[in-house]
Amino acid sequence: MLRETAPKLPPEQYEKNFAEISPRMTPRQAAVEAARCLFCFDAPCTVACPTHIDVPSFIKKITTDNLRGSARVILEANIMGHSCGRVCPTEVLCEGACVMHEKEEKPIEIGRLQRYAVDHVLENNIELFHAGAPNGKRVALVGSGPASLACAAELAKLGYRATIFDSNELPGGLDTLGIAAYKLRAKDSLREVEMVRGLGVEFRQKTTVGRDITFGQLEKQFDAIFIGVGLGETWDLNLPGEDLTGVVGAMEFIEPTKVLSLPDISIGRRVACIGAGNTAIDVVTAAKRLGAEIVHLIYRRGEQDMPAFRYEYDLAKLDGVVFHWHTQPVRILGDAGRVAAVECVRTQFEPASGASRGKLINIPGTEFTLDVDMVVRAIGQKPVTEFLRAVPGIALRENGTVIVNERRQTGNAKFFAGGDCVNGGKEVVDAVAEGMAAAHGIDAWLGAPRQ
Amino acid sequence: MADLSVNFCGLRSPNPFWLASGPPTNTGGQVMRAFDAGWGGAVWKTIGEPIQNTSSRYASIDLNGVRMIGLNNIELISDRPIAVNLREIAEVKKRYPKHLVIASLMVESKRETWHDIVRRAEDAGSDALELNFGCPHGMSERGMGAAVGQVPEYTEMITSWAKEVAKTPVISKLTPNVTDITHIALAAERGGADAVSLINTINSLMGVDLETFAPRPNVAGKSSHGGYCGPAVKPIALHLVSSVAKKVKIPIVGIGGIGNWIDVAEHIALGATSVQVCTAAMHYGFRIVEDMADGLGAYMDDHGYRTIEDFRGRAVPNVLDWGDLDLNYKIIAKIDTDLCIGCQLCYVACEDGAHQCIECAHAQNGNGKHNPNGMEVHVPKIIEDECVGCNLCALVCPVHGCITMAEIDTGLPPMSWKQKTSASRAS
Repeated sequence: MLRETAPKLPPEQYEKNFAEISPRMTPRQAAVEAARCLFCFDAPCTVACPTHIDVPSFIKKITTDNLRGSARVILEANIMGHSCGRVCPTEVLCEGACVMHEKEEKPIEIGRLQRYAVDHVLENNIELFHAGAPNGKRVALVGSGPASLACAAELAKLGYRATIFDSNELPGGLDTLGIAAYKLRAKDSLREVEMVRGLGVEFRQKTTVGRDITFGQLEKQFDAIFIGVGLGETWDLNLPGEDLTGVVGAMEFIEPTKVLSLPDISIGRRVACIGAGNTAIDVVTAAKRLGAEIVHLIYRRGEQDMPAFRYEYDLAKLDGVVFHWHTQPVRILGDAGRVAAVECVRTQFEPASGASRGKLINIPGTEFTLDVDMVVRAIGQKPVTEFLRAVPGIALRENGTVIVNERRQTGNAKFFAGGDCVNGGKEVVDAVAEGMAAAHGIDAWLGAPRQ
Repeated sequence: MADLSVNFCGLRSPNPFWLASGPPTNTGGQVMRAFDAGWGGAVWKTIGEPIQNTSSRYASIDLNGVRMIGLNNIELISDRPIAVNLREIAEVKKRYPKHLVIASLMVESKRETWHDIVRRAEDAGSDALELNFGCPHGMSERGMGAAVGQVPEYTEMITSWAKEVAKTPVISKLTPNVTDITHIALAAERGGADAVSLINTINSLMGVDLETFAPRPNVAGKSSHGGYCGPAVKPIALHLVSSVAKKVKIPIVGIGGIGNWIDVAEHIALGATSVQVCTAAMHYGFRIVEDMADGLGAYMDDHGYRTIEDFRGRAVPNVLDWGDLDLNYKIIAKIDTDLCIGCQLCYVACEDGAHQCIECAHAQNGNGKHNPNGMEVHVPKIIEDECVGCNLCALVCPVHGCITMAEIDTGLPPMSWKQKTSASRAS
């Protein structure tokens, strides 16, 4: 129990607060927006997309109302085009590269158009892809996030029997459990999972590799194994008071907002979030939308250093989040075992001099406390190093991420990997690109068997 | 201030902007509102034995969200009794004596019938008469409209019938649905026409509903070819107006795709004395005439033209046979790197659709240009030695002024195909 919980909102307010932030385009809106696209040749949007979706082609098809064809172009390049259309940071990818910027016009709303086309086929249960003729080969995929889903779908299309092992009850990884609900609802993520299942991919949920089935067993039963386990727990703050009730990790905080009935979620009256990445933004906006009265975002560096994208930062500002720049939490204060306040100190950057490359230092005498009922850790996730070390021959970088070759093959030839566990934590679209590349890597390694 | 008034066959019109015979001039009420809005004249919706129209009657094509770049109709002439139309003409003339009211006429191809309708229209007070030899649909099946205008002899004959009794100027309105409109224009002139007006609408079928296979405009699941008009037809009209201007001595009324003062000025530059507008008024209402007058006046002031006559027909001598064009004139494309947005439409258009004279820009040969987000902008490159100066790249470029065509001095004197071939024959 928290020291003080925020009063419940009227039931309809939760619906409003967590409604999709970017509503579906109407057919007319889509037609007008699609008609703006110049149909560039060698289009920069396509180049900027990690999965290289042929953007002008899918948009052109929207102008002729060929939504099925449009969705096929999207999903052939990116089977997770449904969620990517919602969660991609398009302003730094396709839309950031749109030639309209140079024309001093608004970039084409590529993300929303993509979503418009893919929603059409999913809602009308239009089957665009079929499993390839079985080639007799089996691939296990560990984890059911975007990397594994993309890899499994691609393999299924090539005729592989793909089996996904995942310890969670719900499949979809962070798409289902870890991305702010107003961007991607769990049910939309699950609908996408169903599309992958429709290709014949088998899901073994609540099955933890290493406990319920060993890597050794997987090696025996499957021709190749893809590791798409993502990252693990949120890093600890290593502060006194971190064990108090009300200190939670970002993932632990977001998951209920995706899967529980929103009015059932208790939120502190005052919440502090430590960290300023895109996940931190998901946390502070969710806290506000759940009814927290004051939400603090605490970051040891300055505004210009925050890792969150501009668009994300704007969302938090619009929600009325209070930002504490150049602020370092030093300890969490409790009251009867529950969080009561966080004590902070101001920091400053000591510029480089001599051998020092410059560093952040606390400014003595600037300590202050913020009364809060909850502290959310959002300073990144730990790699699942111990889990990965169980694979014989696999090589990890110093930061715990998996080393792969251009085929996405690990130090153990039978094991491939992609997504956050390889790249250290990037976008869904990056995970998809890596998962698809791994599928082709596996296919090549197994000699591209076809019936 | 420029004087916009025109002298048309001895009649003074306050300006060259007339409403064409069509739905906007169906009633006296509409015509009076149009005059109030600033139109100088109006050609009444064609008067004849009343007909019955279909529902629906119009269909259009849109382009990239821009509506009605082309319109077609299967509407016939006035569905109101002749007497009602003539009574309203008289009323309008009484209240607007300085504006031109022109009766458009279409009756059976009988001499007496034409004599009768001409007399009645003039008795009602029409300032001039326009003989409708142009409607391509419906009426032509009954031997009227384009059925007359497609045969020079009929055109000449019926024009002469009208002239036998007419005291006011007679304008023959021409159909573009012929192989050579100048033959028809000359026939009208021989028949005594005081002027010709062109173009009437172009035969067309607007489309098909792919679910029901009903063509458009849909009349109980069926359709019929209709008359095409609107912005899309202006180039056809300009060509035909200039062709006729080269052949006839009588005044020309330009019609086709006119929606603003620039369209008006182009028709005039190619020989029209006045112009008629229909589709644009159907799209936006009579108020469009305000900028026609304002814009044309400003253009004339800027260029020192006091009257319409000062620039009328100025472009006609510049319309030549292809064989008279200078083959030694040479231009090549230039891309303004600062303006280029990197869409590469010029590259693909030239490569696939023209003469392979532009080099594609790839990341490898980027020129270091970046957009505000720090992403690369790929500026293509003209292969100047290969460029034939066709204009296509400049036409597809979505950025105004980014691709320009620059003249290259070839050092050669002008030489046309006709000169070249006659020179080689001589040698």
